[in-house]
Amino acid sequence: MATPLLQVSGLRKSFGSQEVLSGINLEVQRGQVFTILGPSGAGKSVFLKCLGGVVHQDAGEVRFDGKLLSASNPASLADFRHRCSFLFQSNALFDSLTALENVALPLEQTTDLSNREIRQQAMEALKQLEIDTFAGRYPGQMSGGMQKRLALARAIVTKPELVFFDEPTAGLDPLRRNAVFAMIARYQRQLAFTALVVTHDVPEALVTSDRVALLEGGQLRFDGTPAEFSSSTLPVVTGFRDSVEALGNTLAALQTSPK
Amino acid sequence: MVKIRVPVLFVGTKHRIAEHPAACQVSTPVVGVLGRNTLDLVSRLGEFALFVIASFRGAIGSRRLPRRIVRAFYEQGALCLPVILIVGIFTGLVLGLQGYYVLSRFGSEGLLGALVSLSLVREMAPVLAALMIVGQAGSALAAELGIQRNSEQIVALETMGIDSHGYLVSPRLLAALVVFPLQTALFVAIGLYGGSLSGSVLLGVDPGIYWSAVERAVEMADVRECFIKAATFGLLTISICSYYGYNAHRCSTATGARAVSASTTRAVVLSSIVVLAVDYAITSFLV
Repeated sequence: MATPLLQVSGLRKSFGSQEVLSGINLEVQRGQVFTILGPSGAGKSVFLKCLGGVVHQDAGEVRFDGKLLSASNPASLADFRHRCSFLFQSNALFDSLTALENVALPLEQTTDLSNREIRQQAMEALKQLEIDTFAGRYPGQMSGGMQKRLALARAIVTKPELVFFDEPTAGLDPLRRNAVFAMIARYQRQLAFTALVVTHDVPEALVTSDRVALLEGGQLRFDGTPAEFSSSTLPVVTGFRDSVEALGNTLAALQTSPK
Repeated sequence: MVKIRVPVLFVGTKHRIAEHPAACQVSTPVVGVLGRNTLDLVSRLGEFALFVIASFRGAIGSRRLPRRIVRAFYEQGALCLPVILIVGIFTGLVLGLQGYYVLSRFGSEGLLGALVSLSLVREMAPVLAALMIVGQAGSALAAELGIQRNSEQIVALETMGIDSHGYLVSPRLLAALVVFPLQTALFVAIGLYGGSLSGSVLLGVDPGIYWSAVERAVEMADVRECFIKAATFGLLTISICSYYGYNAHRCSTATGARAVSASTTRAVVLSSIVVLAVDYAITSFLV
């Protein structure tokens, strides 16, 4: 079997006395869309930030393409950051830069490309996400959906091998949520990057992912295909699935009940 | 029972006021609070020093730095120019007025130019110009970095492999080393003109006497002291404002918008105190 693109073993992280991640083991194969599900506060974002090197883990190993990532080996971290990108829950766009400048930023700061090449590649990324007509606009002048696409354009402009998506649909309505997942699936196939998505949107994740994992109480309780997740009888999985369904039923009941 | 109140020793720590039931139990908590606050202070100073070093080191590998330095020139220079000119002219006017009335008691109105120029060059221009730039550009810088920290823009830079110190702080620090002395020079120039306005135009001191007194009084050592002070204030104040903005999430117990406002306030207050304290230190060292 080929070396996994990302390999995590025994990852632990605590904030004070509260242990958020208690020994996570995970393997992500190249070209997969791997989704980590879990309720709010389960430690999904912290896990992603540990993988991205934004938050330092207390213990455990993260290997990218077989190479151990460690603070004592800055070259490995630099290589990792060059080959990965991150899409934040809040998009983290620079509001003082235009859409084009936002997308051009990683190329400007991490490559030796000429200004003409940078502009060309940034415009290409904007075109791929169908927002090239808004190149001169500032993020504040764009809708939420367009900002999400702009953030994705910035994430893919360096042609990364792995993209981390931190709650990409947080705060979006169901239609936009579907659109964002469709966008991830579409560009993942088109650009052939590996995607590691963290979300609590179960139905959308099951449709678009190759593999799903369930994070709860700081541990991975399930790791398998979407079909296995749907048919699993593990109490923790059924409990999570039921809680999502229960919310849907409650909302449906509210809509049909007399005022 | 005797109750003793231990006052706040260092703003920012959680040990605000402790009440102790008996005097015999006081010594240990007092030492504890003192110790914790001292360690906290030393640790923060060390962290601040590392932040400044990282910011200068970040400039070495930072790409397209000149463009960002030009933007920093604009923020600290062009945007602060009106306030520098307004405060400069009024400072000169007041110095001219006060100086004239004091000197005229001794029949020494002819020394008005010397009094105004030496006051401005040695003390007032570097200090007031620095305080004005802190109020305008320093506060804006701390708030901007605080918001960038809050909205994960700084983390985003790190995940893109961009040194956030080099990208955000280095250009501001490098610009400050040039802009503060330039603004101070402008402050001196407009202040001298203000002094001549009140002294010569309003109170009748001969302009030739005023300007020749200026020329005779100011020596190269005074100008050097003025520029050394200005550059030092620039480095310190912009570093403090950057540090508080960059670490807005850690510099206060508040979160979100309140953390940004708290860190901005602290940055401006601390920068102002540092300007006055360092001014005294440099003056006593150089004079």
